[in-house]
Amino acid sequence: MKNSNALPDFRTSPVVDHVGIEERVARFTTRSIKKASKVQALKLALNMIDLTTLEGKDTPGKVAQMCYKALHLCDQLPGLPTVAAVCVYPTHVRQAKAALSGSPIKVASVATAFPSGNTTREIKLSDTRFAVSEGADEVDMVISRGEFLQGNYAFVHDEIAAVKEACGSARLKVILETGELSTLDNVRRASDIAIHAGADFIKTSTGKIQPAATMPVTLVMLQAIKDHYYKTGKMVGMKPAGGISTAKLAVQYLVMLHETLGDAWMTNQWFRFGASSLANDLLMQVAKEARGPYQGKDYFSND
Amino acid sequence: MPRVEVLKTYKIAIGGQLPRTESGRYYPLTGKNGTPLANVSLSSRKDLRNAVVAARSACGGWSGRAAFNRGQILYRIAEMMEGRKAQFIDELMLQGSSRAAAEKEVTMSIDRLVYYSGWCDKYQQSFGTVNPVASSHFNFSVPEPTGVVAIVAPEESGLLGLVSVVAPCIAGGNTCVVLASEQRPLSSITFAEVLATSDVPGGVVNILTGTTKELLSHFASHMDVNALVYCRHDAAEKMSIVQLGAGNVKRTMVWEKDWTKDEQENPYLLLELQEIKTTWHPIENIGASGAKY
Repeated sequence: MKNSNALPDFRTSPVVDHVGIEERVARFTTRSIKKASKVQALKLALNMIDLTTLEGKDTPGKVAQMCYKALHLCDQLPGLPTVAAVCVYPTHVRQAKAALSGSPIKVASVATAFPSGNTTREIKLSDTRFAVSEGADEVDMVISRGEFLQGNYAFVHDEIAAVKEACGSARLKVILETGELSTLDNVRRASDIAIHAGADFIKTSTGKIQPAATMPVTLVMLQAIKDHYYKTGKMVGMKPAGGISTAKLAVQYLVMLHETLGDAWMTNQWFRFGASSLANDLLMQVAKEARGPYQGKDYFSND
Repeated sequence: MPRVEVLKTYKIAIGGQLPRTESGRYYPLTGKNGTPLANVSLSSRKDLRNAVVAARSACGGWSGRAAFNRGQILYRIAEMMEGRKAQFIDELMLQGSSRAAAEKEVTMSIDRLVYYSGWCDKYQQSFGTVNPVASSHFNFSVPEPTGVVAIVAPEESGLLGLVSVVAPCIAGGNTCVVLASEQRPLSSITFAEVLATSDVPGGVVNILTGTTKELLSHFASHMDVNALVYCRHDAAEKMSIVQLGAGNVKRTMVWEKDWTKDEQENPYLLLELQEIKTTWHPIENIGASGAKY
């Protein structure tokens, strides 16, 4: 008799066809998106950005400037959306929350000893509770990659579930740090674990490890989301982060999202880009479509 | 059975690579008797866009490099050209030059590179000044590179014209995107192959082939191009670059010169692509000690 509350055996996660994934991704990059559809895609991508600063050298000044940028992407271009959220360390959450009050922009905070995640569960949970109490709408946690690679899947699962509980009503994004997982099979398995443990979003990377987000890795994660949706009817969000710095690449990700998960996911409720320099490239392309000439960085604010 | 010769497709140069044009288009080049010489890439505005991105990202590294090292690299280009002299001469002859004229053009091109390689670490002190001012400031002016320079290379002088404009541009720490001669493009791409093997960092010199009709307006209006040097003779085109260049107050200049003349070897061309930065550095009241700057 099988116990229905028992953890599934994550070793039986589907095996990924590496060559097939590469081939599929190569096709997404050949779609021709022009004129009005391009502008719409660019604006949608802008609206999906988690504008991010996660550095040891972050200061209140830097956070204030980034929040201003989130609210005023480029005032000279009418009809622009805002970004989806700003993403900061827990100690900057209160300030960001105050700066963005009254706007639809969410405040996301990394927690659980980001970016390594090498600390005790107690500290991870208190880190999470602190971020939420400061006002974070979303929490980005990192999984314990060491435990995962040792095959200690129950540990990883329970940790995510515990952090999810600590989040309360804040949405939880689970960072798999795919650059440290080595294989696509591992990425699929980690995705399944995170989704089963209650992740609202699964996220590729911290941005501190190379390679960060890549299209093949993202596709594998999207497929895990799709399988979960077919099985349970529940939607899970996706956030590729790190390394997506050009508008062209962002649009290719949107193509992949659309052709894998469909229309329902094409909103910032279910898809985000973790990026900082992507915003300016998107703005330059929007400005190019509006004004004609190719644009230069000198005419857009740095951050 | 007679052997069918392989016709070379001349590619373009962007960011240290020699890619085909993004557009996949080519134009055939024919020799004197209508014999086919080569297929030449017909670059699109997207190639131009990519080239400007490459030039921009190479700009910081190239302008920040030690001036002496830039000189060494220019000299290395000359060395590499010397080694491929025969190929350059052949190509110029295919495109209609006599042997004597072709030899002269190639040797002058090499000499011109050597000439500007010498200037790399000398123009700063020749054109920089210490200025007398009436206040307690040490006041000095130094030339700094303009940035990304678009060059519409001379049409009639496919190699010497190109080298004569590119050399002073990069000697001064700029990076460039060049539109090569439309009817004499072969040596420009061979020149790009030389650059690729001579220590020049990728993106410093990007060379496109194609038409001004298609590309000039994008050269002139691009907001990330800091200067445009136009070396041809079309009055309407000259007018249009001034108008379109106004969008980002681009420096636009027309260089219509006889590139075979020795007088085109001069540092003032290099100075044209420099900005002068003046610094007011506060100092103690120098009048009291009697010192004067």
